[in-house]
Amino acid sequence: MDKAIVKLENVSFSYGKNKVLEDVNFSIEEGDFVGIIGANGSAKTTLLKLMVGLLEPDKGAVYLMGKAIKDFKDYKSIGYISQNVRHFNPMFPATVKEVVGANLNTSRNFFERSRKKEEEKIYKALEIVEMGQFMDKKIGKLSGGQKQRVFIARALINKPKILFMDEPLVGVDLNSQDKFYSLMEKLNKEYNITLVMVSHDIGVITEKVNRILCLSRGRVYDHKPDQTICFDMLKEVFGNKMNILIHRH
Amino acid sequence: MFSYEFMQKSFIMGIMIALIAPTIGYFLVLRRQSIVGDALSHVALSGVAFGMITNFYPVYTAMVFSIIAALGIEGLRKKFENYAELSLAIILSAGIGLASVLISLGNTQGILSYLFGSLALITDQDILLVIMLGIIIFLTVILFYKSLFYMTFDEESATLAGIPTRPINLFFSILVALTIAISMRIVGILLVSSLMILPVAASLLIANSFKAGIIYSNIFGLISVIVGLTISFYLDLAPGGTIVLSALIILVIIILLQYFRSKITKPA
Ligand SMILES: Nc1ncnc2c1ncn2[C@@H]1O[C@H](COP(=O)(O)OP(=O)(O)OP(=O)(O)O)[C@@H](O)[C@H]1O
Ligand SMILES: [Mg+2]
Repeated sequence: MDKAIVKLENVSFSYGKNKVLEDVNFSIEEGDFVGIIGANGSAKTTLLKLMVGLLEPDKGAVYLMGKAIKDFKDYKSIGYISQNVRHFNPMFPATVKEVVGANLNTSRNFFERSRKKEEEKIYKALEIVEMGQFMDKKIGKLSGGQKQRVFIARALINKPKILFMDEPLVGVDLNSQDKFYSLMEKLNKEYNITLVMVSHDIGVITEKVNRILCLSRGRVYDHKPDQTICFDMLKEVFGNKMNILIHRH
Repeated sequence: MFSYEFMQKSFIMGIMIALIAPTIGYFLVLRRQSIVGDALSHVALSGVAFGMITNFYPVYTAMVFSIIAALGIEGLRKKFENYAELSLAIILSAGIGLASVLISLGNTQGILSYLFGSLALITDQDILLVIMLGIIIFLTVILFYKSLFYMTFDEESATLAGIPTRPINLFFSILVALTIAISMRIVGILLVSSLMILPVAASLLIANSFKAGIIYSNIFGLISVIVGLTISFYLDLAPGGTIVLSALIILVIIILLQYFRSKITKPA
């Protein structure tokens, strides 16, 4: 078995008759930091959902950690932060502690008090994202960037091997963006977590990641970030649609 | 007041419903499904009419009708993710349409007591039913507390965390249907969903955590039912209406308290 942590083989996917991905092949290796880019509607979210098993491909196969996605049961080893995770009602009655703790011992009942050990785990996960002092705050009262960090902490609490993030930087200011990337570097290098993130900010992400997947017209193009070959694609992503892509992959 | 047997029964029944309805309502509201209560209660009405015509106990036929509708809604929920309200409106219309046809068909004079609730007609059977349902709901909420929280907050992530969201959703739909069919005995079909929602609305204004929210909802439900039943007994008013108005007054008091507190803490 190879070291691929995620592998897609000839994957096609459609919503009804709308084919959004066609014959996609790539793999992600352990330790990678992968950026996924593409125009709005280019199926980035769909691709991510296929990788974590929220959607099933019409054709082809998805493997997670060497296992066919259907047989994959090691839920704790993957973290997924969806594109709309922050869009919950701000009145929702839940503390940061409750949200982050949700990923621990999902069988816990109403009266069982969370034990010291668990509180420590929650606190530790929050400390990694520098949100420790917000444990008992109501989650709806945090800022967008702070919520973002809480959801990263929720994903980190089980010490995942791989973390999928769908546009985590939308609505995050420049300063927090820097902090976000240094956090990503820490997770990638210190905690050995493979990272897969969708982003719109192509200029920045190409500097930070070691691989780029470009999505366009249902296809996925795999690049090293320093290869200029991707830039035609980026032009299209930026909206220069008149430029028809002619380069071969 | 308690020297009357029907008042003893009303209080047992009322207190159970005061705990059941806001608990179920809490999850409905937080999942943005508060209209489900309305849709199902209209279907329950056609169930009641059907029972009266066919001489079955109307509470049972209402249960069957609303369970079928609840499963239907849950089935449609995934299919029409973006039109969830539409499928609810369809079920609601089907329920009220069927009910009015059935009511016009035969001997359904008793229907008024189901529409607005009634204390005089509570049977031992009703009490047994409500206690059984109460036990099932409390066990469900207590045992699956964390899964329910996770699903309510973020269903997609709950699925990825390995929580069996589909079966839990189906089971929960059945509990909603049963709650409505049983609660209508006292509060009436037209007011069931109010008792599921008003205490929760009040609770959401002050709760900071999920656990606190569920506890406040139950406390407000209890106060509404106890105050409402007492007033309805002494002033001879419809019990459902007084209960729901009590819940509404609690909500208004909390809104006013919050308003004045923000006035005080915020310097002009
Ligand atoms: N649930 C759905 N049902 C039907 N079509 C869908 C659904 N979700 C997405 N699509 C369609 O599939 C295509 C890809 O959508 P997707 O959300 O994966 O794109 P995206 O690259 O993530 O876009 P964005 O940058 O806006 O997040 C779009 O054309 C969209 O209209
Ligand atoms: Mg997307």
